[in-house]
Amino acid sequence: MRPILAAAGSEPGQMDTLLNRYRNITVLLLVIFAQLVLIAVQVRNDQDVRMVRIWAITAITPLARVLETVRGGTSSFFGDYILMHDAREDNRRLQADLDRLKMENQFLKTEISTADRAKALVAFQQHTQSRTIAARVIAAGAGVTSKVVFLDRGSGAGVEKGMAVVTPDGIVGKVVASYPTASEVMLVTDPEFAAGVVSQMNHVVGTLKGQGQATCKVDYVPSEEKVEVGEAFYTSGDDRIFPKGFPVGVVRVVRPGSPYREILVEPSGLERGLEAVLIVLEGVHQAIPELPPANAPIYLGTPPPAAPGEQASQPAGPAGTEADKLLQKYRQIGVAENHRFGEGAPGSKPPDFNIKVPPPGAGQGSDAETGRHADAVNPSSAPPPSKPANPPGTPNPAAANAGVSASPRPRVPASPDTRPQTRAPVSQPAPQPHDQ
Amino acid sequence: MTEYGDRYLVGSQREQVSRFRARVMLLVPLAAILFQVYVPRIIPVLGYLELPLLVTIYFALMRRSQIAGLFIGAFIGLVQDSLSIKQPLGMYGIVKTLVGYFAASVGLRIDVEHSVIRFLLTFFFYFFHEFLYWVLARGLLGRLIPFEVQRTLVLGLLNAVVGVTLFHFMDKLREPA
Repeated sequence: MRPILAAAGSEPGQMDTLLNRYRNITVLLLVIFAQLVLIAVQVRNDQDVRMVRIWAITAITPLARVLETVRGGTSSFFGDYILMHDAREDNRRLQADLDRLKMENQFLKTEISTADRAKALVAFQQHTQSRTIAARVIAAGAGVTSKVVFLDRGSGAGVEKGMAVVTPDGIVGKVVASYPTASEVMLVTDPEFAAGVVSQMNHVVGTLKGQGQATCKVDYVPSEEKVEVGEAFYTSGDDRIFPKGFPVGVVRVVRPGSPYREILVEPSGLERGLEAVLIVLEGVHQAIPELPPANAPIYLGTPPPAAPGEQASQPAGPAGTEADKLLQKYRQIGVAENHRFGEGAPGSKPPDFNIKVPPPGAGQGSDAETGRHADAVNPSSAPPPSKPANPPGTPNPAAANAGVSASPRPRVPASPDTRPQTRAPVSQPAPQPHDQ
Repeated sequence: MTEYGDRYLVGSQREQVSRFRARVMLLVPLAAILFQVYVPRIIPVLGYLELPLLVTIYFALMRRSQIAGLFIGAFIGLVQDSLSIKQPLGMYGIVKTLVGYFAASVGLRIDVEHSVIRFLLTFFFYFFHEFLYWVLARGLLGRLIPFEVQRTLVLGLLNAVVGVTLFHFMDKLREPA
């Protein structure tokens, strides 16, 4: 006790006062606390729970909550740190896996593309009449502007200089040198390459020349010839290298020029890269595929049946096609000459088809049909149409171009194509390509 | 207060400390409690007298010892609680413990021999006793009992008057110095 008193103060009198003061208050607090516990043990609340339990829980719960919060926060902090550490490792591993899978995916895509090309090549080889041999591109030329590749087929496989090299998509080039185990091929984009070509639509002939770029030029096409963007060019066979009928490319640019047009073609044989090609050992000319006719007949179904009480739908005006107008004209001639078609005996006088009959709508017809037509074309009786009806004798341009008839007949023969052929595909001489 | 003053006061207090015999310290509180629980059954008006509180105040004031005062109050309060069926042990015990402690603290500093001082202290501690009991009853037991200030003040005056008289007779029980 003495050292404690010495540590608390210097004089014993003060120590006694201080000790007495703390002793009294301590005893007071102890006595009150003891009685509080006594009360808590006895008293129960409305739910028959002792107050001591309620007080204890009320006193302990906040401390426990604080402790749990601290513990949870600490645990969560370290857990998150560990998880983040693991996540970083996982991220690295997943990134590596992703890179590897990307490379595998790219490799598989390349394999699939190669397989597709090989399949297309085999199909084309079986389909074409020319005798071909498949080859693979094994090297490229060393020149900057040179568009030369080497194939793994040479003279040992029957490859000779001047043979054409094609793919199912189009021509690729021609063999400029043949070695025992390989051959050198000049691509169509080489500046020294040339081949005879002909357009698909108008059969305009020209000479395909390489430019050292991605596109080729079709030269020697006069300005008056019609070549459209998007039109396809095929080999003409005139160069004695490429058989006729192999696709060359699609026109991308057409510019007027004098005396020749400037036409740029994107070669179709190089669009998907070069990997496997066909060398034409014996070429067979084939026809240039025709475009689908623009006025091909189009099937039209029968009109729906008229509802009960309604009159069957009839053409509102005069016939819109030449056949309908001719039929109407013959009917009028028959009426004018009292001739019934299909009932005349053999040898009887045929109707005079050269007589002049009034045009439909010129006056009131004798029958209801004529009157109906007259009403239909009479501008005084008919309301002014926003879209004028076709007058008699004027063919419907849309229907005529599309080969569609306004009559309810389901199928109408196509009108003959009257467009003049600009040039015969074979008989017209083509400019000779600059062959090597 | 200077050191000299403290020593003088302590010495003076030691001279003023009243001493009672043990049987007086035991029997008087028991008699007061017995009066508290028995007499009101015969004379209900006397139920307003808080004789155990008056005895506590008296002994705490006269003993001038805080520890003695709080133990006297705790003893009387616990006995009073034990005789109350619906009262949990400790309610009056806590209240009278604090009353005894503070009464002894007051007795250490002022002269409690004067009747006016005794009257005022009795009135104050009665009010403090009732108010503290009301606070504890609401806080610890959840009893929503009203606290009637005027009634408490009137009863405080009554008990103060009775207390001054009682203290005068209890002074006779002190041991001579």
